[in-house]
Amino acid sequence: MEIVTPIMIVGVIGLLAGVVLAVASIVMAVPKDEKAEALEAVLPGANCGACGYSGCPGYAAAMAKGEAAPGLCSPGGADVAAKCGEILGSGAVEMERRAAFVHCMGSADNTTEKMEYDGLESCTAASLLNGGASSCRFGCLGLGDCLAACGYGAIALCNGVAVIDPDKCVACGKCTAACPKGLIHLAPVKAMAVVRCSSCDKGKATMQACKVGCIGCMKCQKTCEAGAITVKNGLAVVDPAKCTGCGKCAEACPRHVITMERA
Amino acid sequence: MDAQTIRSLVAIFLAAILTENYVLNKFLGICPFLGVSKKLDTAFGMSCAVTVVMVIATAVTWPIYMYILAPQGLEYLQTLVFILVIAALVQLLETVLRKYMPPLYNSLGIYLPLITTNCAVLGVTMLVLEKGAADPSFGYLQSLVNAFGSGVGFLVAMLLFAGVRERLEDCDIPETFRGLPITLVAASLVAVSFLGFNGVVDRLAA
Repeated sequence: MEIVTPIMIVGVIGLLAGVVLAVASIVMAVPKDEKAEALEAVLPGANCGACGYSGCPGYAAAMAKGEAAPGLCSPGGADVAAKCGEILGSGAVEMERRAAFVHCMGSADNTTEKMEYDGLESCTAASLLNGGASSCRFGCLGLGDCLAACGYGAIALCNGVAVIDPDKCVACGKCTAACPKGLIHLAPVKAMAVVRCSSCDKGKATMQACKVGCIGCMKCQKTCEAGAITVKNGLAVVDPAKCTGCGKCAEACPRHVITMERA
Repeated sequence: MDAQTIRSLVAIFLAAILTENYVLNKFLGICPFLGVSKKLDTAFGMSCAVTVVMVIATAVTWPIYMYILAPQGLEYLQTLVFILVIAALVQLLETVLRKYMPPLYNSLGIYLPLITTNCAVLGVTMLVLEKGAADPSFGYLQSLVNAFGSGVGFLVAMLLFAGVRERLEDCDIPETFRGLPITLVAASLVAVSFLGFNGVVDRLAA
């Protein structure tokens, strides 16, 4: 019978503690924002931070308070934006799908190496060493910092240059931040032209550095009927909002550095 | 309360901070000491939470031991019962804070649940009973003062060490020592410096 008292005492203390906690949690319940909870359930829960808030709960709370607009969630895309709009009562929200594009075609075939790099396998590290090994000082180093940052397996290294699969990309923006050369930009997924170069060098220097680099010859700007291409600092830049995807600039480009994307 | 009692309480308080510091002399609660001491403000938040929990835990466990466990001869149950009570208390404290002091709850947030299994808290509640057994004048009030002093001692150790670590950030440390090794070396040096307080408090009380 000796064992009964200890069991009773521990049991009673445990039970008391449980009852007190249960009562406390009911009496002192903090009403959670129902809207925020519903929104959080709709969001993908990847906590990627592409919306600019600290994870999905933060974004949901901001939306519920009316501080943030629905449709900032790029991994969720149009589906999530529509559902969020429904919960908030602001109706359907239109959201175009976006993806990241690498503005460089400096693969091993097109560029040379100005030195033998034998350091850390990281673009950030390599770029600190005289701008990296590539003959183009603006170009892709091909060591895969963006690849490591991508949580969706959308990036591949093809012959020393990063290539992004727009179907897999959710436009979270991690790779744009990871690239030390700033070669990756987010743009809408639609039929449009993309200039696959970021070189601001003068034409002659670009020609020496890369077989396909943009030399700023202005042919695309003159060809474009929509006025979507402007050449600045020796580099053609396409405005996705104006581009109609006609493809005339890509035909005109003597360097073949403009590619046409499909919707 | 006569002058003698007040004097002994002050001595207990100072002893708990300096000579019997739980982190630097008894080496309890090392996990938060190393884990949450990277920045001064988080170290301060964690220490405040620990102090509050230490005092409340002692306030509850002391009567439980004295009036329930000891009369039944169930002293061996103290570890089990104390952990149960401390865990429940921390939960309760969390609920109360969330309701009435949301800013404090948000700043302490993750530290509160961590304290549940902090050995310094359990150590304070259990070692105080040994003191009570050795010295009959060491009662409930003395235990509470001891718990508060231990919490403040934890705070002092955390703040000192956070300061040391913030300075370490700017140092050119040999590569092999970077990270945890240099942190442990620094911790041991801070602990050694606290050995210097031995004897100081005994003189004060005498």
